[in-house]
This record gives sequence, structure tokens and C-alpha cells, in this order.
Amino acid sequence: MMRWRLKAALLALVLATSCARKAADNARPDAKAFGAALVEVSGGKQIAAIGMALDQPLVVQVNDAQGAAVAGAAVLFRAGGGATVTPAAGLTGSDGQLTVTVSLGGVAGRYQVLATTRDKAGKAIELRSEEIALGYQQNLGRQLNDRYCSRCHDPESTAERVSNHDNLNAKPHAFTDGDFLNKMSDGDVANIVTHGGPALNKSPEMPPYGSTLNKADIEALVAYIRAVADPPYRSKGLVYAKN
Amino acid sequence: MDLKRKIAEAWAFLFGDSAHAFGTLSVVLVLCLAVVPAKDHFREWSQYQKQYLRLIRLRGDAATLQRRFQPGLQQTWLPELGVVDRCTTCHVAMKETSLADVSTQPFRPHPPVPHPLTEFGCVMCHRGQGPATSVEEAHSSTKAWEQPVLPARYFEASCGQCHQNSLTGTPQLNLGRKLLARYGCVSCHTLKTPDGVRMASTNEPPPLTHIAEKTTREWIYAWLKNTQAYSVAATMPDFQLNDADARDISAFLIDQSTAYKTADTSKPVTPGDASEGASVYGESFCASCHAVQNAAGLMVGGDIGPELTRIGSKVKPDWMAAWLRDPKLYAPHTAMPRYRFNEKQLGLVAGFLEAKTDSDLLAKVQLEAATKEQIAHGKALVNERGCASCHELNGIKKPDNFAPDLSAAGSRSLAKIVFAPGVAHTLPDYLAAKIRQPHAFGKELKMPQYTLSPAQVDALVTALLAQTEGAQDLPAALRVAGQAVSNYQPAGKAGKLMEDMQCFSCHAINGRGGDMAPDLTWEGSAVERSWLLSFLKNPNTLRPALIRRMPRFNMTDAEAQTLTDYILTAYETPAFDADSLDAAKFTAEDRERGRQLFYSKYMCQSCHIIDAQNDKGYVGPTLTQIGAKLTAAWTFHYLKDPQRLRPGNIEPNQHMSDDDARSLTAFLVAQKKAQEVAKK
Repeated sequence: MMRWRLKAALLALVLATSCARKAADNARPDAKAFGAALVEVSGGKQIAAIGMALDQPLVVQVNDAQGAAVAGAAVLFRAGGGATVTPAAGLTGSDGQLTVTVSLGGVAGRYQVLATTRDKAGKAIELRSEEIALGYQQNLGRQLNDRYCSRCHDPESTAERVSNHDNLNAKPHAFTDGDFLNKMSDGDVANIVTHGGPALNKSPEMPPYGSTLNKADIEALVAYIRAVADPPYRSKGLVYAKN
Repeated sequence: MDLKRKIAEAWAFLFGDSAHAFGTLSVVLVLCLAVVPAKDHFREWSQYQKQYLRLIRLRGDAATLQRRFQPGLQQTWLPELGVVDRCTTCHVAMKETSLADVSTQPFRPHPPVPHPLTEFGCVMCHRGQGPATSVEEAHSSTKAWEQPVLPARYFEASCGQCHQNSLTGTPQLNLGRKLLARYGCVSCHTLKTPDGVRMASTNEPPPLTHIAEKTTREWIYAWLKNTQAYSVAATMPDFQLNDADARDISAFLIDQSTAYKTADTSKPVTPGDASEGASVYGESFCASCHAVQNAAGLMVGGDIGPELTRIGSKVKPDWMAAWLRDPKLYAPHTAMPRYRFNEKQLGLVAGFLEAKTDSDLLAKVQLEAATKEQIAHGKALVNERGCASCHELNGIKKPDNFAPDLSAAGSRSLAKIVFAPGVAHTLPDYLAAKIRQPHAFGKELKMPQYTLSPAQVDALVTALLAQTEGAQDLPAALRVAGQAVSNYQPAGKAGKLMEDMQCFSCHAINGRGGDMAPDLTWEGSAVERSWLLSFLKNPNTLRPALIRRMPRFNMTDAEAQTLTDYILTAYETPAFDADSLDAAKFTAEDRERGRQLFYSKYMCQSCHIIDAQNDKGYVGPTLTQIGAKLTAAWTFHYLKDPQRLRPGNIEPNQHMSDDDARSLTAFLVAQKKAQEVAKK
């Protein structure tokens, strides 16, 4: 009889501790203050290969109704598709901001990170940030873009890489320019890369890369352009899947 | 009693007479036979296949999808690769590209990759257990099988099993391999790629045989205690020495140091003002290799040589002068070129560098004279920590196999690993934790603490995971070799000069050398003699946007002549005959046609500048003086196919006709000094 009791007690203890641990994981930190709005400071729309941690942290800020930063507000993060946010919850600092790192899931595509805080009445305020994960082909396209395309197609200049964008008569479209590029078919985009601008009656300032890059490279570039388009590109199927 | 009676009754009912017994046994037999089909019916994979059929039923191409669907267990069997993969039993839609919008697993089609799934299977890249047919056994590590599916962030490791070369699509693997060679990992650990080539260190740590001439014991102590305090770019890791150990090692290092022969011990002339020194430092393009932290805390400059932000707190003035005069006397294998500074330049540069001090660095270091015991203890520590694996020392031999062999680090059995508390029991987690914080695995561990970013740790783990045992057994035909190590040696007087000025630190020739500056293997066919001669004497860059440039080595006329002659004769391309195109035969018409092609058809001005007033492109080099530099034949053949002459160049191959290339060449070779052609 004693033995049974001991075993039952042990079992109860194990259950209790394991449940307690679980509860602690999900705990929302006790908010010391409440805001009225949740805004993204930086870290949205980042691009990385699948499974990777993003280079820059995601920073969100809780503001009150007057737009002033609120310190000590609790923010909870959730991400789908195998993406993770560390820490998954926290209190905003004295500047009203909370900084977290995001790791992407194992499948290429867009990942939504949902941040939630509550106002005084307990109503949830949500903020959705989007991050982009690149599969092998898209990531190859990204490397090629950095080497061959971005000097002209990326209008932003850095000290290490000065953009040639503004020196051209016909301003190249940034690859994120979904409004324009989404209307073009994969074949058209590949044709411009392969044969140059004149192939589609566009500026000869865009030279042909068909003899410099191979077909797989150009397909990878198209895949990359599709992956980073904003608004997102909706494909009718994987045009370039070979298998 | 009651129970016994009931059993007896049941027995009588079931087996009382032969008819009952026959009936009972038949029922039992049928039930037994039904077990197998029933079990099959409820198997995980069977459920997934049914789910899949429900999923595709309502799609537009349902008929096609249903026709292509193959029920039952599926298997990819590739005996030569040792692959037995049943993954496609559940992952039924691997090849169905029309299902790209499906996001539920296991029904997503496989994203495009360079290798057909039917030729390589799944486990080669994803790991996991191929033959398993349940979700858990296939993906996770279980008691029977310990190989879980590889997390997506390390996928590039799988490419590295066959590809020893650097692929454009695997930036993380490439970085990891570079870090293994640069951070001295391969100086202590043996790391052989599957083709048996031992990875070599690309970092040349300084010899310590004459260290006392170069710096003080106090600096050594401060450096050993905290390398990052002196240089955030330091590649030497933290050995986490206590004060006494650092004191004793510094004592030993000073004690073992011997004098070395310097050519000239005269003191350099007293430096002028700091701005003059800074300008010599700038003109000499020291920043091409050395970085200095600017006021904003950003590193400006290259990483071939050490960071110089606090160099004045480190080296002795006499050593600095001797080093600048001839670095090889102190360190025979250094990448540092011998600048032929005159005494004034030398004084200015030395003075400029000596002024780069940090008073905090040595403020708290107080060392008493070393005792014999301390020196002996220091020597023991140096042996124990394997310092000689990287550094040359007097009286201590470079140890062989100082640290465990990592050639098969990517397939280490989990059963053989002792995990530190808090580390998840998977191989990637173990490797990452070990690199991040070796001492969490035991205080007595010799592996030092590196300062690495999370991305660098991931890259290193990826490179190590590529080192699998399986890779060594793969068919040789699958192996893609890395770049062969070349020990090309230029001959004669010019060869000596090239070693003296360390051309190979930046330029590659015939497979040997760095990648910071252009490959010079065919430079002799490319450039005009007069241009090369004056360039060597006074290198001015063709690319205004570059921070890192060719330094001026203050060569004598004779030295520049020797080098020019050698480069022009030894480095000719077999791709074309240098005399095949005579620039003298070009007419004004040719040039005019070339000008039109340049500005209208090919719009070269998008990336290049010919007319400094109107052209703005600066992706490629400025071409205002290109005719003085390049030969006509090179220009012509380069225009025809840039990558043939300069592999990897980003200039697009425009598929030019011979006529177009000839006219453009005529236009380009006319771009010397005056710009009358462009202005016309």
C-alpha cells in the first residue's frame, strides 16, 4: 500500500512540474503599463535564406493615444510556419521599444510575425510584420543579383557600393517593384535578362546577359525577383520547376 | 469456484465437440489473417495518401494528378549512393509543380534544385532515415536511429559533401570554409576534404621567435588577457588565462626571444607633423590591407593585415622602422610588401603609426621581473595550449594533430558525444554550442573562446556538417574538386621582386595568390608596355569608387623595367595572337562608327566614362585613358567574350559581331590623353 502511495505521489509531482514548466513558457509578462498603438520601428521585409536568423532584429514600439512611447507594456509575438521569435514575449523598454530576433522557417515564402499588446480595457492591438525566406534557387538568384544587377537596379547607395541607378536615362526598376514587375510574365523577365532591354522594346542601357549567365542562373534571377516583389507575386505554378 | 466453472463452460462451448472447435479455430484464423491488411489500412503513410487524394479531387487538374499518383510504398533505391529512400510514400507530390500553392506538408511539391530527386534521393541532402515509413522515425532521432532531419539553416552543408569548390548558390558554406581556414581552426585540427586534400590555413600568424624586439611583456600580457581590447578584428581567440598564467606565458615568450638581424639600425628622421604622416599612409594605400577604427567606431580598410588602431601601444619604435624597411627580416612569410620608402617617408609613416596609442590598454598592467619557475611554467603552458600550432617559437616544435581530427565531424555519432547541460541532443546544436562556448563542455578543455557573430557560427557549423563519412564513399564522378593549391613561382630577378613586393598577397597568377586585385595570368597580352612601366612607378587607379587600391612601392626605374619585361613576356594568353590586330590600320571612319556603337547601340556609357563631362556610369572602370593601357588585340577579344579572358568578370558578353568589336576597338584605343574623338 505504501509503495502505491509513493508511486502516485511521484507521478503527481512529475506531472505538476512538467505542467508548471509549460505554463511558465506561455506566460505573458505582467504588463506595467498599457498602450494604444503598436508600430514597427525596423526589421520588417527582411530577406534571408530559409531557416536562417534574420540579420537585423525586429523592433516594435508601443505608443499611447497621444503617440508617446509607453515603457513596460507587454508584447507577445507569434510566427507561423516554423519561424521562431526570441524572446517570444517581453516588456517594452524605457524608449517604448522591444527588440526581438526572428528565425525563418524551413520553407521558402513569406512569414508573418504577429505582435500583440493590450490596451487598458484589455482589447488586443495587433501588428503584422512580414519577412521573406528564400529557397535554394531564389537564394542563388540573390547572389547573382548582388553581383550583376543591384549596381543599377538597387537605387540605394552605400559607402561600399555606390548605386549607378541615377546615372541612367531609363531608371531601372527595383526588383521589389511588384506593381510593375508582377505584370510581366516569367518568360518576359527572362527574355529581358537574356537578350537585353531592346528585346522587349526597352532601353538598351539594360545589356544582354544571355551569354554571361546560363539558363539556370537566369531562372534563379527570375525566381528571386518574384520572391521579393512587393506587393507579392502570385504565381500560377512553379514555372521553372524541373523535377 | 465460480470462475473455474465459467471457464469450463466457455471451454466446452468453444471446443466441446469437433464442429465447435473447427468453427472457433476458423474465426481465430480469419482474425489473424485480417491483422496485416488492417494494420496496413491504418498506417500513417496510407492515411496521408488518402488525404492527398481528397486534396486533389477538387482541383482543376485532378485527372492528371490522379493518374500520376502511385499508391502504396514508394522507394528510391540508388545502390551506388547507398540511398534507400521511402520519403515519397508520404511526400507524394514532390514533382507536382501545379501544387505550388499547397502549403500543408507532406503535400508540397519540392522547390527547384539543380539535382533531380530521382538521381540523388532525399536523405543525401535532408538527412533523416530514408527507409523509415513513420513520421517520427523518418524525421527525428529515435533509439534505433539517431540521424534526424537536417534543419533548413544548415542545408548548404549537404552541397558541400560533393562540392569542394565555391558555389554561387552556397554563400554560407563558402563563408564557413573560409572561416575554418582564416581563424586557425585547421592549424590545430586536421580537416581533410573527401578527396583527401588537407585544408590549409590562410592566415599567417606572426612568428614569436624575436617577439621581444617587437613589443613589451606588458603588451603581451594585456593581449593574452583580452585580444579584443586591443583589436576587435583580432583572429586570435581568447584562451581564458588567469593572471598568473598570462604572466608566466608572457615571461616565457620574452625569455625565448632571440635577436634578429636588421639591415639598418639607424633611427629614422624625426617625423614631421601628423597630417603629413597621414598622407603618406594614405598614398601608400596601407588601408588596402590594414584597417583602422575611425571616430565613429567603424573599421575602415582591408583585413589582410592586422588592425592598426592601437599599434603605437604595441610595437617598439626601432622595430617599426626596421619592419617598414624590410618586413621579411622579421617574418619571412609575411604578406607585407617591402615598400621602398626613403628615410623621410619612413619617418613620417612610423611617426604616424606610433601616435596611434591607447592609454587605457596597458594602464593596469604591472609585472615584476620573471622568475625561473614562472618561465618554466610559461613554457609548459605554451606546450599545453598548443601555441606552436599557429606561431613559430624557439625551442618548441609545431605539434602534430594537436586537436581532434574533424574530417568526419559532420557524421559524428551522437552516442559518442558528451553534451553540455542545456544543449539540444542533435549534432548541429552540439557543434554550434562547442564553437560558441567551448568551456561549457568542461573547464579543462583546450579549445579557446572565439568572438564570432551568430551568422559566423552558423557558417562554421555548416562547413563542419559537410564533412561526412558518407561523402568519402561517394562515387568519384560526383566529386567536384576545389581549387587546386598552386605553388607557382615566378622566375629570376623579376620573381624575386614579385616576392619582395608581395604581389601574390593581392594578385593571383597561374592559380596562386589573393583575389583582392585583378588576376595577372594574362596581363602580358592585355597591357601596353609604356602604360605598365609608368603604372608600376606610380599606380593611379582606374576605378575612382574603390577604397582599396594598388600601393606605390617606390620602385627604381630598373626594377620597374625588369618587372615590365617579365610580365609582358611571361604572362601571355594563348587565346589570341598579340599582333593579330594592328591599331595603325584603324581609320577615322572606324572610330566614328565605334563611337556610335558605344553611345547608341551598346550604351556603354551606362557603366563606363569616356567623356568625363557628360558620361556618368561608374560600374566599370573609367575609360578616358584606356587606349594608353590596353592593346588593340586584347580590347577586341575582350569585347568579343569578356569571360574568356577574365573569368568571372561581370561585363556582359554582348555577342558582338567582328565588325562591331573592331569598330569599338578602334574607338577605344584612340582614347589617349586628348579626348578629341569623344568631343567630335
